[in-house]
Amino acid sequence: MTTVEEHRTTVERERHARVADAAYEIRMGVLEQGEAQGEGYVGQALGIADVLAAVYCDKLKYRADDPEWEGRDRFLLSIGHYALASYAALAAAGVIPREELQTYAADGSRLPMSGMKTYTPGMEISGGSLGHGLGQAVGMALGLRVQGRDDQLVYNLLSDGELNEGSTWEAAMSASHWQLGNLIALVDLNGLQADGRTDDVLRLEPQEERWASFGWDVQRVDGNDLEAVLAALDHVTETAAAQGVPKVILCDTRLANGVPVLEAKDKLHFLRVAAEEWPIAKEQLTAGHREAQS
Amino acid sequence: MTATTTTTTADATTSAAPEAVPVKRSAAMIASIADPGVPTTSAPFGHALAALGERDQRVVGLTADLSKYTDMHVFAAAHPERYFEMGMAEQLMVGAAAGMAAVGLVPFATTYSVFATRRAYDFLCLDAAEPRLNVNIVAALPGLTTGYGPSHQATEDVAILRGMPDLTIFDPADALDVEAIVPAAAALEGPTYTRLLRGQVPRILDRYDYTFEVGKAKVVRPGDDAVIVSSGLMTMRALLAADTLSADHSVELSVVHCATLKPFDEATVVAQLDTDRTAFTAENHTVVGGLFETVAGALVRRGIAKQVNPIGLPDEFLDAGALPTLHDKYGLSTQSVVDRVLGALR
Repeated sequence: MTTVEEHRTTVERERHARVADAAYEIRMGVLEQGEAQGEGYVGQALGIADVLAAVYCDKLKYRADDPEWEGRDRFLLSIGHYALASYAALAAAGVIPREELQTYAADGSRLPMSGMKTYTPGMEISGGSLGHGLGQAVGMALGLRVQGRDDQLVYNLLSDGELNEGSTWEAAMSASHWQLGNLIALVDLNGLQADGRTDDVLRLEPQEERWASFGWDVQRVDGNDLEAVLAALDHVTETAAAQGVPKVILCDTRLANGVPVLEAKDKLHFLRVAAEEWPIAKEQLTAGHREAQS
Repeated sequence: MTATTTTTTADATTSAAPEAVPVKRSAAMIASIADPGVPTTSAPFGHALAALGERDQRVVGLTADLSKYTDMHVFAAAHPERYFEMGMAEQLMVGAAAGMAAVGLVPFATTYSVFATRRAYDFLCLDAAEPRLNVNIVAALPGLTTGYGPSHQATEDVAILRGMPDLTIFDPADALDVEAIVPAAAALEGPTYTRLLRGQVPRILDRYDYTFEVGKAKVVRPGDDAVIVSSGLMTMRALLAADTLSADHSVELSVVHCATLKPFDEATVVAQLDTDRTAFTAENHTVVGGLFETVAGALVRRGIAKQVNPIGLPDEFLDAGALPTLHDKYGLSTQSVVDRVLGALR
């Protein structure tokens, strides 16, 4: 007979394994899409895979067969170029067929290179012009609350580069002004933007202090440590609407995480990968996942 | 509060001051656009939105620190639980309005035209128009309706917005148009932009057999000698000019009002212009990228060679000053329209 404590541990272990499997599946989906095009924002997508797995496969309330279900939580991708990560997550969540990932960025595909609401089931906004997501998230969180539906959560995934945009900070200020406890910002801090390291382009630190001074509940985690990500998400969902404080999880991630052959590349903002490297990348990903499981 | 323009005498308080001369003074940012003898309605937008809010619980109001100056305060008082002061943050306001529309609400968001267009364009375009959301931007001080100078004169707002796909653009002539546009905008699925007339707004279209219809140009007044295609407050000026031309000069001016600038009712307008009458456009906007060029494009597309005289603002940053002075100077006043028509007919 198992004790309550042992049972809890088993449940946690199973949960962790399930999300780790989803993260693996998302990364594989990212590599498949990258291979289909030969290039892309693969590094960012691999880096954020653990966060997406935790959100889509453990937290988000949705119906895979009815993406427009009114009672769903919202996940807003304002970093449009991370679309391949979102598509892989939507496939892992069963919202789009996994085979469809092969059409990524192809003519006539529902999966354009920059994510758009009008193209893809499960995409909530048309991202890509950076600094737009958090403002829309404020409107959704406020709009849900005014309709008495603030048990529905609004997640916005934004990048560190988007913190350059003034509009992000307008929205950050507004979220705490309106006490939007049903709003969760996930910031991917991978330290790189188009022109170079974020520290060199426009200094962003100290991040915790900046968000805290704007009135947010702040956590900073290793975004590639699944347990840490899950624990942070547990905190925000447990204290969601009632607390009246918007939450941010600052996720330090590593570009191309989980695939050493790609992690070693130096131009990680937009990866170009030789055809013969993709099979190696997939083998490394699978080997790493097996090793972590054992 | 009614903004008025008054004539007063400057105080000569120091020896260095210039000799006291009568100056026209604009008492507030928003000067009256009503011509003498034209009745007005107070805050037609705010009252129409409050009334719509009674009937439709989905209607919400947002503003960017300009509720009093966009008549949104009327809605705010009637429906405080559905009113959102977003602060002086136009990008946020438009994005948040899109977010609200995405969760089933019908937002109306107000600011000045300059800020809605110059500052928040990207947000209106990608957050609202691309996803075809029911976001309604209601923007005060369109064109030349303040003497505050280029920071507040949205002389090119239509030019900025005309290229945005799926955006409906309204340019109401008077209070009746404003009142009709509010429920019409809410009923449209996609985003709208309305060039708001606020405060004490003239009421003139009830003198004619006219009803507002989305996407329709209407012949408000017939006339055999000349025809003017107009929008916004210039329709009011054109109608008043037509009265003067008829009474004092025996000239019959037809007025074709385009309350919807986009989508544009080319068929009606071209049919009215493809006659031997002397033709004009009249707009409270620069002659670049607005009604005149919309009309010109419609004519050219059909291979119709017709001279059209544009009445509108010049392609330049305009002066600051008292609004009546500026409307005279830049050709938007009723008398200016009379003079332009007579000059062309001569």
